[in-house]
Amino acid sequence: MLRLEKTKESSYDIISLHGEVDASNSVELDEVIKELIDSGSKMILVDGSKLEYISSAGLGVFMSYLEDFQDQDIRFKISNLSPKVFEVFKILGLDQLIPIYSTKSEALAN
Amino acid sequence: MKHRLNISCQTSALSELRSFLKKSLQNYSLSEIDRHQVTLAVEEVCANLIIHSHGCNPQEIINLEIKDSPEKIIFEISDQGEAFNMLDYETPDLKKVILDKRKGGLGIILVKKIMDEIEFESNNGTNTCRLIKWFRS
Repeated sequence: MLRLEKTKESSYDIISLHGEVDASNSVELDEVIKELIDSGSKMILVDGSKLEYISSAGLGVFMSYLEDFQDQDIRFKISNLSPKVFEVFKILGLDQLIPIYSTKSEALAN
Repeated sequence: MKHRLNISCQTSALSELRSFLKKSLQNYSLSEIDRHQVTLAVEEVCANLIIHSHGCNPQEIINLEIKDSPEKIIFEISDQGEAFNMLDYETPDLKKVILDKRKGGLGIILVKKIMDEIEFESNNGTNTCRLIKWFRS
């Protein structure tokens, strides 16, 4: 089960992920990010505090937008990943490609 | 101890697979991180089969069997779909994945990095992929 929540905080569009992202629902994550890009958002933060699991289907969504973020000058960050989810980002080297912060306030301040 | 699961070829079966793995793995001496990662690796192989070899046809089935010995745990995934030997698949370069805006290919990188050994065989229309993780003392 995945629930996505969109909020706004200090000029960041925040996507909070609740539950598990896999091949059955990664399209929902894709749509939310695409909507934000299309609406001209320049600062996007993914809050992973309630994210219990993410497979390559979800990680691939982030990867597929990295170029767009760069081309369109969009600041994209992730925060609050649990240690086991963060390990998966590290296996793929995604921690070198996406700024990942341990807390939301740290991500918003930087 | 042996555990078996028949997985219907639809992506909605993946959460059931994770619940099965969670239950089956609870008595093994794996760290929480290892438990999480082998679950991911098994799911990645099954998701690939469901989507690419079986075209998400829920009438078709993948079999998962978990076996163990004192030094390792073996996840045996077998099916009768189109054979896909990930050992022959050249894992894509991460930079290329980004440039091509590809959403696939990452799963196999994860499986190869997480598992200690991978075996594949195809016999009389049945494909068997074995994912092996050694217990660390």
